[in-house]
Amino acid sequence: MVLDLKLRTQLDIPLEAGIISPDRLAGLTESEIARVPLIHGNRKKSLGDFFDISGTCDGEIRLVGDFTKVKSVGSGMTGGRIIIEGNSGMHLGCAMSGGEIAVEGDAGDWTGAEMSGGRIVIKGNAGHMVGGAYRGGHMGLQGGEIIVHGNTGNEAGNSMRNGLIVIMGNSGDFTGANMFSGTIIVFGELGIRTGASMKRGSIISMRHADLLPTFTYSCFYHPSFLRLYLRRLRDMGISIDDAQIEGGYHRWCGDSMELNRGEVLLFSGSPGS
Amino acid sequence: MLRIVNGKVHDPANDIDGEVRDICVKDGKIVESVPAEARRIDAHGMVVMPGGVDIHCHIAGPKVNLARKLQPEDHRYDVQHRTPITRSGTGGTVPSTFTTGYRYATLGYTTAMEAAVPPLGARHAHEELQDTPVIDKGFYILMGNNILLYDLLKEGRFKDLREAVAWWLNATKSYAVKLVNPGGDEPWKGQRNANVTKLDKKIDSLDITPRQVIKGLVDAAADLDLPHPAHIHCNNLGHSGNYETTLETMRTAEGRRVHITHIQFHSYGGELGSEPLSKAPEIIEYINTHPNVSADVGQIMFGKATIMTGDAPLSWLLRNLSGDKKWVNADTECESGCGILPFAYQEHIYTHALQWAIGLELFLLSKDPWRLVLSTDHPNGGSFASYPRLIRLLMDRNFRKEEMSKVNQRALRKINRSHLDEREYTLQEIAIITRAGPARLLGLRDKGHLGVGADADIAIYTEDDNKEEMFGVPRYVIKDGQMIIDNHEFKNDHEGRTLHVAPAYDHDIEQVIRPFFEDFYTIRFDNYPVTEHSLTLHQPFPIERRSINR
Repeated sequence: MVLDLKLRTQLDIPLEAGIISPDRLAGLTESEIARVPLIHGNRKKSLGDFFDISGTCDGEIRLVGDFTKVKSVGSGMTGGRIIIEGNSGMHLGCAMSGGEIAVEGDAGDWTGAEMSGGRIVIKGNAGHMVGGAYRGGHMGLQGGEIIVHGNTGNEAGNSMRNGLIVIMGNSGDFTGANMFSGTIIVFGELGIRTGASMKRGSIISMRHADLLPTFTYSCFYHPSFLRLYLRRLRDMGISIDDAQIEGGYHRWCGDSMELNRGEVLLFSGSPGS
Repeated sequence: MLRIVNGKVHDPANDIDGEVRDICVKDGKIVESVPAEARRIDAHGMVVMPGGVDIHCHIAGPKVNLARKLQPEDHRYDVQHRTPITRSGTGGTVPSTFTTGYRYATLGYTTAMEAAVPPLGARHAHEELQDTPVIDKGFYILMGNNILLYDLLKEGRFKDLREAVAWWLNATKSYAVKLVNPGGDEPWKGQRNANVTKLDKKIDSLDITPRQVIKGLVDAAADLDLPHPAHIHCNNLGHSGNYETTLETMRTAEGRRVHITHIQFHSYGGELGSEPLSKAPEIIEYINTHPNVSADVGQIMFGKATIMTGDAPLSWLLRNLSGDKKWVNADTECESGCGILPFAYQEHIYTHALQWAIGLELFLLSKDPWRLVLSTDHPNGGSFASYPRLIRLLMDRNFRKEEMSKVNQRALRKINRSHLDEREYTLQEIAIITRAGPARLLGLRDKGHLGVGADADIAIYTEDDNKEEMFGVPRYVIKDGQMIIDNHEFKNDHEGRTLHVAPAYDHDIEQVIRPFFEDFYTIRFDNYPVTEHSLTLHQPFPIERRSINR
């Protein structure tokens, strides 16, 4: 059965709702769920104060309404599914290690921050620090996938150590800053200072991008790993041009301030040139 | 009201060494007796000591705050959550203000002195200290690189120098005069990677020598009858061969009182630029035979530390050694410099192992615990949280031997092992180097002892063969008569006092200082002094003027 949570009130003050996760709510009755505590601003409240609750959770939760001010939904989740029919708030799926979150609307900042497994799909735009590390944290995304159909803010994939971030729209500044490993694929425009301080890992762009002077051109080639990635994305229903799969990429390596083992791949448009 | 019974009392200042006797508390003070209905604490099997006094640490002010900003990782992984009694905060080697106060209290420390605040940062330091709960606290102001004082020295105006020092102590509401690498910051600011190395070499662009600066301020502090003498971080910190500079600095005092801080960092032999050797025996010999000199050790403890210092050129040197690339270097106009970087001391590195051993040598060769007291120069040599471990190293030679087997053996071969093998500190000696001694060196008459009239700052530890555990978790901590930790549980928050000296001075000196401010400072003279009404709980120590014939 699916647990339906419908946001009843218009929120001015954010709700700390890390409790909304299949791990925490599975097996509880409607009335038990209504009594589950959460924090509203600096006050202790319960789920029933804000949501109409119907059904029980056996692994799937559907959230209806504008969740822009509902924070940390699905944080630390290890399995199951959350569907948000609307916008989500900050820290969505942060530190999650398994399961899936799908958002019909936009997502806030820190979406999938420090996550280590599972998948987050955002149909709209996402905020800053998607799959990033918290300030002072050593690692951002360590595994799993984040797919954003719209644009993202700055510092997507900050300090990521593994996993995949796909951005169909534009990505802001400092994409993949300080990254250790993993893959970021951006179909729209990249902002400035892409890959600043990156040690290893791959950032792929389908458009031309201005790179930092600490990146140097290394070669033109047809990366085979990328074909596998793009075919898989196509299988997931994302539209990918054949040219992007078959085509060639210019490889830039950097950041030479660090190990110089990272790469930025820029799509050249045609297979041969 | 409170009566502590059956505990073994260690109160060295009153010659009580482990005697079982009652301690009575009323209105925040130790008293002769209390009525029968007063709460009794049965301290059977426990040791009762005055609350700890830290003579040298870095816990407030602009550089401490910069160090916090520099290390968000410490905040991410060491979060102190709010409780109904205590406020939230972050830990690591540079804890936030509230956490600093609580964590000192949970070690049985009730007083701590911030050791280096540029006078311009005094207001900031006061704000932070007011938010540092439980403990009493104060700070020393940096005067060893002050341009106006240099001018007065150069012109031989010793009376004006003394008055200016007194004015500055009043204007900043600080506790003592601190010198850091006297003369070193000025060349550093003016010329690439410059420093001073010799006490008698003229400081670039100034017509005076570091020795004149040291002598001038040692004399000024002594002539003003300050409760704590000039507190000196010598030149050449960390450099091989610097022990000669340290000995010279101590000689410069010419018999007048002087405190040399984190002396471990200043006890190195060897050639400049090559590997250091231990000169701890030479240094401690001088201290043992010169009662005018006191020191704190500045022991290094393996693990994470944060270097923060007014010694800007030093931090540049360390920055090049450390793998971590982040650092801060700052200039405080006319007054000082500053450098900060994260650091880690590692057992397997020759220099670190040697530094560790030199600190222990100093402790174990010291003949007068009243004049060589415990510090790690928190957080430079290690966090104050490592004090219990350091106490165990001093009290337990088997543990020491075990730890010595883990460090770089080449370094240990360079020192005289017999210095580290035998001696074990007694509880009484520990009570001196962590409480009674620092309190006496600071001139805090009501602290560091449990005699009638003393502040009721008391720590009670359960006796344990493992001294690290014993000193790491006091059973009871009492501050100003308030039960802060009651049977291991944090029971009360408490606001400690800010301690500062208020020496009398000749107000005519303002006519000398004001024009200098108007010409060279970015802040107006009238806006500079910290006024009484901007402080909350504070305790001034007024000092009357003797007549001085100089």
